Amino acid sequence: MASIDIQDIRKSFGTFSVLHGVDLTIRDGEFIVLVGPSGCGKSTLLRMIAGLEDVTSGDIRIDGRRVNDLAPKDRDIAMVFQSYALYPHMSVADNMSYSLKLRRTAKEKIASAVGGAAAKLGLDPLLERRPRALSGGQRQRVAMGRAIVRQPKAFLFDEPLSNLDARLREQMRAEIKKLHGDLHATSIYVTHDQIEAMTLADRIVAMHAGVVQQVGTPLDLYDRPANLFVAGFIGSPGMNFFEGCYLVSGDQAELRLANGVTLPVPQRAGIEPGATATLGIRPEHVVLDAHGALEAKVDLIEPTGFGIIMHVSIHDVPMKIFTLDRAMLDPGPAVRVDLPQERLHLFGTQGQRVE
Amino acid sequence: MRSKPFLTVAHRLAILAYIVVALFPLFWLLKVSVTPNDLLYSEGVRMWPSRATFEHYTFVIAHSAFPTFFKNSLIVAGSTAVAVTILASLAGYALSRFRFRAKYWIVALMLVTQMFPLVMLVAPIFKMLSPLGLTNSLTGLVIVYTAFNVPFATFLMQSFFDGIPRDLEEAAMIDGATQFVAFRQIILPLTLPGIAATLGFVFTAAWSELLFALMLISGNDAATFPVGLLTFVSKFSVDFGQMMAAGILALIPACLFFLLIQRYLVQGLTAGAVKG
Repeated sequence: MASIDIQDIRKSFGTFSVLHGVDLTIRDGEFIVLVGPSGCGKSTLLRMIAGLEDVTSGDIRIDGRRVNDLAPKDRDIAMVFQSYALYPHMSVADNMSYSLKLRRTAKEKIASAVGGAAAKLGLDPLLERRPRALSGGQRQRVAMGRAIVRQPKAFLFDEPLSNLDARLREQMRAEIKKLHGDLHATSIYVTHDQIEAMTLADRIVAMHAGVVQQVGTPLDLYDRPANLFVAGFIGSPGMNFFEGCYLVSGDQAELRLANGVTLPVPQRAGIEPGATATLGIRPEHVVLDAHGALEAKVDLIEPTGFGIIMHVSIHDVPMKIFTLDRAMLDPGPAVRVDLPQERLHLFGTQGQRVE
Repeated sequence: MRSKPFLTVAHRLAILAYIVVALFPLFWLLKVSVTPNDLLYSEGVRMWPSRATFEHYTFVIAHSAFPTFFKNSLIVAGSTAVAVTILASLAGYALSRFRFRAKYWIVALMLVTQMFPLVMLVAPIFKMLSPLGLTNSLTGLVIVYTAFNVPFATFLMQSFFDGIPRDLEEAAMIDGATQFVAFRQIILPLTLPGIAATLGFVFTAAWSELLFALMLISGNDAATFPVGLLTFVSKFSVDFGQMMAAGILALIPACLFFLLIQRYLVQGLTAGAVKG
């Protein structure tokens, strides 16, 4: 296993710049998830670590050794692809042993490594099959088996669960987590699914437009998002935002929205009075209270079984509320709500978090 | 959906008509080849002669230069097919996978070579091959055929490589293969249908090529069978029976060849490689 050190990595395709200087240190045995919307550069970063893309500038070090100019085969990393990329003309066993054969590993060693990986992933009865005779979940397992037989320095996952249906994805997610618990292998996992990021990661790297927005534990990102992008990306249903003018009178601060509504907010030294600011609150933190300070018109009710997502509006400003209270399946035309001060997030003019 | 009997019948009839039109000349070839010389003009137009014979076949095999033509054709078509397929696989892979500076111009030039009527090129090619001693030689023919077939075969192979997901060789490269090993062990086996199609296409093209064979070859020793067929045309008569018999015999290798490669032509080997 190994640590991975990324310093000021940049990537451009021609004149088009994809990554604008990424710094990241991944500790030995850590599970890192790169998360962000499509086109944010997360897959490109992963492929650069794998050696499948050239590095435009900056350094990548695996275990202290600079690997910028090493071919993928010499980096001793394994990768699981979104498409699985199983060799269709080889049996499952051959797929899994291919890397060991290329390294001229002794036959007995190959057999025991493949056997061990197959047992761990429940692939024993499938070893003689061709990939086309496998289901999606089985193919995914074979792809993981192919990665683990080799005991590489690091595992790279490129959206490995995106092609699976929802239930299977949930199951494989748990299996990947369990596998990491067993192997303690340094892993870098790319996904656009924030649930996968939250559930799997030791640390999440949230990326947007080729720039790292925040690095931290899943709860860091959930509780203290560094900016509007992270606040909006992490969590489902997504955070509610209200943009307005930050005003202070005495020891009271408030946010005046464009439609004239004012919302009381905690006072923050980081924002100039009179500047534009954004208030954020997660749907699950909005309190439904018959004596609440704000009246919200009910627009739509979405029952999820587990809870209820209410789409409401406060003077035409839309907001979502998540509640477990089944009485809210039929709340009537309006409800009263409170936005608890300790649950509010404030973001400055540039979208940065203000404490 | 319920099938309508009338449409089904019309559909089948149309297919039947097509097959008859396509195969009738072959049937006529066969019919003439077994018709004795004395019946050829005396019986009028008949679907089958009243008396069939194999004498044309025995004559062609035992007493004409046809076996030589046949052997020459096999050598030329076989070598051309193999040479073109090797070159086209490598070139097609490069065009499919690599980004390099002159790529656009190379593709354009390859297309240009396909735009000229070959007749225009006969004289210059003769002029080029003559001082090299490559006229009247099978090697010369193989070189010319290879040159003419590589561009199209390259595009053909490129389209097959394009159909193979890049992930596969990337996976192989991460597994520890060089790009060439990934090409040989992972990509090439998956391109077998493409290779078979290219082999078949080039083989038949070289097998039946007449123009250059006629222009570059003068003696019987190096003649291929399309040229050889013309030896059955003499100043005063055409020996149709022998010519047709030779034609039937010439069909055999092409048929055998396609029989050999047809399982690769129809196989969708990449099924199951990617996606669920």
